[in-house]
Amino acid sequence: MKYINLIIGLFLAVTMSAQETGSVLIKNGTVITITDGVKENTDVLIQNGKIKQIGENLSAGNGITEIDATGQYVMPGIVDAHSHIGISVVNEATNPVTAEVFTGDCVDPYDIGVYRALAGGTTVSHAMHGSANAIGGQCETLKHRFGVIDPEEMKMEGAPRTIKFALGENPMRVHGERNNITPRTRMGMEQVFRKAFADALVYKKDWADYNSGKLKELPEYSLRMETLMDIMDGEIIIHCHSYRADEILMLMNVLEDYGVNKICFQHVNEGFKVAPELAAFGAGASVFSDWWAYKFEVYYSTAYNAAILTKNGVVTSINSDDAGLIRHLYHEAAKTQKYGGLTDNEALRLITINPAKQLGIENRVGSLEVGKDGDVAIFSHHPLSIYAINQKTIIDGIVRFDIDTQPDDMRIDINPEESISSFMENMEGHEDKCMQDVYSELFLGEKHNHSHHNHQH
Amino acid sequence: MKRIIYITAFLLVATLTLSAQMVNKAKNVEVILKGGTLHTVSNGNKVADLHIKDGKIMAIGNNLSSSTAQTVNCSGKHIYPGMIDGGTRLGLAEIGAVSLTNDFNELGDFIPHMKALTAVNPNSVSIPVTRVNGVTTVLAMPAGGRFPGTSALINLVGYTPEQMFAGFEGVIMNYPSSGKRGRWDRRSEEDIKKDEEKATKKINDIWEKAVLYAKIDSAANVGNQKRNDYNPQMDALLPVVRGEAKLLIEVNKENDILSALKWVKQKGIDAALMGVSDGWKVADKIAESGIPVICGPVLGLPSRASDRYDVIYKNPGKMLAAGVKVAIRTRETENVRNLPFNAGFAAAYGMGTDEALKAVTLTPAEIFGVADMMGSLDEGKIANLFVADGDPFEPKTSITHLYISGRDVPMESRHTLLYDEFLERDPGLGK
Repeated sequence: MKYINLIIGLFLAVTMSAQETGSVLIKNGTVITITDGVKENTDVLIQNGKIKQIGENLSAGNGITEIDATGQYVMPGIVDAHSHIGISVVNEATNPVTAEVFTGDCVDPYDIGVYRALAGGTTVSHAMHGSANAIGGQCETLKHRFGVIDPEEMKMEGAPRTIKFALGENPMRVHGERNNITPRTRMGMEQVFRKAFADALVYKKDWADYNSGKLKELPEYSLRMETLMDIMDGEIIIHCHSYRADEILMLMNVLEDYGVNKICFQHVNEGFKVAPELAAFGAGASVFSDWWAYKFEVYYSTAYNAAILTKNGVVTSINSDDAGLIRHLYHEAAKTQKYGGLTDNEALRLITINPAKQLGIENRVGSLEVGKDGDVAIFSHHPLSIYAINQKTIIDGIVRFDIDTQPDDMRIDINPEESISSFMENMEGHEDKCMQDVYSELFLGEKHNHSHHNHQH
Repeated sequence: MKRIIYITAFLLVATLTLSAQMVNKAKNVEVILKGGTLHTVSNGNKVADLHIKDGKIMAIGNNLSSSTAQTVNCSGKHIYPGMIDGGTRLGLAEIGAVSLTNDFNELGDFIPHMKALTAVNPNSVSIPVTRVNGVTTVLAMPAGGRFPGTSALINLVGYTPEQMFAGFEGVIMNYPSSGKRGRWDRRSEEDIKKDEEKATKKINDIWEKAVLYAKIDSAANVGNQKRNDYNPQMDALLPVVRGEAKLLIEVNKENDILSALKWVKQKGIDAALMGVSDGWKVADKIAESGIPVICGPVLGLPSRASDRYDVIYKNPGKMLAAGVKVAIRTRETENVRNLPFNAGFAAAYGMGTDEALKAVTLTPAEIFGVADMMGSLDEGKIANLFVADGDPFEPKTSITHLYISGRDVPMESRHTLLYDEFLERDPGLGK
């Protein structure tokens, strides 16, 4: 009996630790709810990790810490629908279709990039597989609970499954140009997707026939085919690396043929050219604020992309895809006011509720509403101002970043054997970071660590 | 007749198609900007009129008038000197991943004679994209080896590099970097040490030769001595050796900065430091040397995992506070337009708005020795300036008018033209 109690206790301890939450009362801030306007001199009460109450003159219960946010701006934690921080490897560049692999298997809670993102108010990021393959791996949605060391605790429990697809130059270069296998062109791209879905339908039928006794021989189990089936069953949201208008239209046509409709296009620099088609399909678009011209397929770009997509009714987000940009997504969103004159609310939606929708977690994060997760960023100025400095970042009611109290060096994986410190020059030029690990193999002959930028070679 | 119709129709279509790619002409104008708040940078802020004529700021004062000038009502608006980015690749690269469009990195380690001005493309699509954000002048820099070439300051309007040239050229030097270059650097400590010694010896050898070359050159100019053989590398270093031109030294790491300061002092070089990411660690030493700094990007990553997350934002402000002369650069190519935001982050993280503005206007002009021509709103200077409805560092602010070398520059770029074309897209011909 004692043993059983102990076992139950241990079990609880383990499950509880994955759900560690806190309580905090944020007093007297300008509260930007995103979905219910901006409220002056308002308090936000977070209890046991969830938003309990938003209103005036709230009082904290026993033992609940109060944070004075007078003169400051309280907004929901920023959500990044495209990043590669917090994982130790990005690309399984061995086949045009690798639906079976999963970035959740290589979560790295020690990555200092997670802390730096947190310091910029970003609380959730989508740790994506790279873009070497047409159908890459499944992705993990992370909460930036920097300080935990169990990879499982970094994961946003209950977030829907997602998978990375990729179109255009990257898969064409890796497979067509390097390995001499399809796809080498955007024609080949289409056929890779059609074949993958068609194969999965055959696989599904084989198993159905076997289970009904019609087929005697046991079909071979394939996690790749199972994953593709799950996509067609609507259980996985596709996030597709894409740039050009033609390839975006192509994939929507293919998906329509296979009855798939959960998709968010990533980067999607030419999304503005087919905004009405994206809106009609119900596809999301997750874009850079202003990156362009780093390769040919982004030469005909415009920084007004997010504004055009938004004004056409496409659910649009601004993402980072970069350990640098994820530190100031609030500033990246602000650029849509320069490029297209979006309102404060439209601009802030691009980094809160919209990316949350694209990840299927809008019932949990992305706005300040009673019942949602206690994920909050508190800024010194309006977050769309260039003078905004994040003061505190709260996740599940726990203050994970505090500008006033944290030490300068926040590493939790200090290497005692390293006598010469590593120094990274700031990167030269931009590049989407979806080709990590592939570049190192292609051009450097040595493995780059995920936290380092790819230099152009 | 039919043929004419076809040709006309073709031309019409061609013009329409081209319109999405080409911006309008920048026209030489005489104009009086009436009643704006002038942020002079050199002499505080004041409400006044500003008269642009023959490419220059002809007059600043109250109630200016001219029978030949157009007027622009600027009341309630703000007028700033054009921003100067002290280090970019603008004009030298068109598409990052397409190597044949990249002209900033010639082969060779010691090639100071490679001239950026030769390769500046006046029609780069990135130029209009940059200038409509208020950046009127940039330093176009070669990159790559130890001495990758000679940079050139250019104004962002003109049909030839010569028209764009803004009066400064400077040899770039990448100072040898000590220590590990990142976590993926697998060299042993011993090898790292050896590489350092080799690199230091190499720059000293180059310098010795350059000094000797200069002596022979001087002697040959006076008497009947034998001349140097043709040596364009050494020719490019002559003005630097003779103290007539500034050497721009890219250096980032604490130890390397200290070493560079010593090296410069020892050789008696007129220098400016570029990059300088660790400047905050040795700000006093830099200040003591009197050597100016062109630092950036500010919107980047800290250099070490152990660095505080915001050191890169605070770097310009910390150096300034220690007494260093600080200009800010982006080191960008297609996104030099983010210079005001780099300055804005520096402003927010300790530098303050006025000083950050100076760091992208008058200070770089002073460092490049062209402050008599640009960098502030003063009579007689080149009319490089813009009119905005607020603080130019705020993303929300709109720039309404832009003048470069007195040209009225259209507020257009590929990005605005694509917006105009696609915002309310013609639904097309149906599916």
